[in-house]
Amino acid sequence: MITNETILKVENLKMYFPIKRGVIQRTVGYVHAVDDVSFEVRKGETLGLVGESGCGKTTTGRTILQLYPATEGKVIFEGKDLVKLRGEEMRQMRRKIQMIFQDPYASLNPRMTVEQIVGEPLIVHGLYRGNEIREKVKSLLTQVGLNPAYVDRYPHEFSGGQRQRIGVARAISLEPNLIVCDEPISALDVSIQAQVVNLLEDLQSELGLTYVFIAHDLSMVRHISTRVIVMYLGVFMELADRTTLYENPLHPYSIGLLSAVPIPDPFVEEKRQRIILEGDVPSPINPPSGCRFRTRCPLAQQICADERPAWEEVEPDHFVACHFWQKSKELKRR
Amino acid sequence: MPPGEIVNGTVDFQGKDLLKLSLEELRHIRGGQIGMVFQDPMTSFNPVHTIGRQLMEPLEIHLGMNKKQAWDRAVELLNMVQIPNPEDRLKDYPHQFSGGMRQRAMIAMALSCSPQVLIADEPTTALDVTIQAQIIDLVKSLRDELGMAIIWITHDLGVVAGLAERVNVMYGGYVVEESKVKDIYKRPEHPYTIGLLKSLPRLDMDEKKRLVSIEGVPPVLFKIPKFCPFVSRCPYRIEKCLQENPPLIPVGKDHSAACWVDTYSGKVREYDN
Repeated sequence: MITNETILKVENLKMYFPIKRGVIQRTVGYVHAVDDVSFEVRKGETLGLVGESGCGKTTTGRTILQLYPATEGKVIFEGKDLVKLRGEEMRQMRRKIQMIFQDPYASLNPRMTVEQIVGEPLIVHGLYRGNEIREKVKSLLTQVGLNPAYVDRYPHEFSGGQRQRIGVARAISLEPNLIVCDEPISALDVSIQAQVVNLLEDLQSELGLTYVFIAHDLSMVRHISTRVIVMYLGVFMELADRTTLYENPLHPYSIGLLSAVPIPDPFVEEKRQRIILEGDVPSPINPPSGCRFRTRCPLAQQICADERPAWEEVEPDHFVACHFWQKSKELKRR
Repeated sequence: MPPGEIVNGTVDFQGKDLLKLSLEELRHIRGGQIGMVFQDPMTSFNPVHTIGRQLMEPLEIHLGMNKKQAWDRAVELLNMVQIPNPEDRLKDYPHQFSGGMRQRAMIAMALSCSPQVLIADEPTTALDVTIQAQIIDLVKSLRDELGMAIIWITHDLGVVAGLAERVNVMYGGYVVEESKVKDIYKRPEHPYTIGLLKSLPRLDMDEKKRLVSIEGVPPVLFKIPKFCPFVSRCPYRIEKCLQENPPLIPVGKDHSAACWVDTYSGKVREYDN
């Protein structure tokens, strides 16, 4: 059930990573991984976060859970600012926000059995004891479509898709309200991806979960998301509900990005006119002044170098950060 | 014993069986008449030599150019793949190139001796979509300009749709379907191809419906299966699939599929060699 109730609100979030050099490890600069982003997540929705590698989407996801201590900004969940919480208070909050990691090969401890992996959060939070844990783990495994007889197996005995199911079981074990899914399917075979996505959708409707879904596969994000954010070099470019974003993108970057995605249909591909974005993503250590996309933008003018464009709500629930979004229609030739 | 052994078959290239050639003879073909682009642009260059040195090497070996000629040709090649300031960039080491640029340089290297065949092994898998679009655009125009054949190995059915003329679908070590590109998308015949196409969400389709997934996992290839490798995941399977591995059976003009069942009519295909 998608509601208008806000479950998480992020305000002016910044995450800079210091670059240290020399013997005394002096800070010589910063990687501007996330630079002043604000958004809210609504209860029951799936908020997609897309962008190319290195654009800061994973950092945004991790900073929500305070896996990285935010440089600046607020992450408000249930009326509390997670950035300021410490110790026990933060630990209690983590019960309610969980994460599914990208690489199912690296995110499960190879020396722990499935029971230990999935049961650990239950023990840490003191929710179950003794035999109850094993029973709970078995029921969680059933819930994610794994055979409960596998409780004593080790991660290496599973395929990639099955491992990702174990990661999902661990994430839902504490009955969280919000799960940050960080590229949960990008390391899987094409034929397996649909299985995991279907599982996530089933669990969402069964458990009333809210997802922040981070991915670079735009077709999959379109499939799973309610609203989508397009990110580039640490800042947001556009935010809209999925239909609007894919049917009527307004930011030149969104337009170029969507145009670059190949469609598995030779009849469509034949007729498609591509907008090819030239060049590479610049370094986040010294990001371009003004609009960060200006170095690759076909519409860029002097003002784009001088002023950072505002995060403007151009129609209800549709935000764009571009000086020339009104002209972007010229780019669109489908 | 090498890690893998070619136990049978022939690889016919311009009337010669490549499997019968000596290593020395093969050396002239590899990188000369048949070029290859590897999957991972981050690891397929030697990190301790400059891009220039690595680009010039095949030119000196295969075409017998001297240093000066090879350098000039290397500049031309980087120009061709649209890398700015080629004279300067040739002096760079691979780590100074971005992923997209390295893949361009890799393509330049593969094309340096004007091969008749280019084998591209997932050349855009490690790249972002906007860079992928740049590379595909480049490869298409070079293909038309230089008139070479390309074998493009990929798992991305979207890339295939926009680039290829003919497609071979592989599963469990076998080619399970072979056809012209349009036929395979319009009327896929093998259950694996059908499942793969259904499991993909598409950017140009709006309705939000459940993805059709292929249940189960790909086979482990320790033993040669005596039956169809896809049988355990196949919704169309019949008794015969467990008894005999189907060969490629013609199902239409330039279109064949390795399946005993006609998935559209449900009938069992008749076939004798």
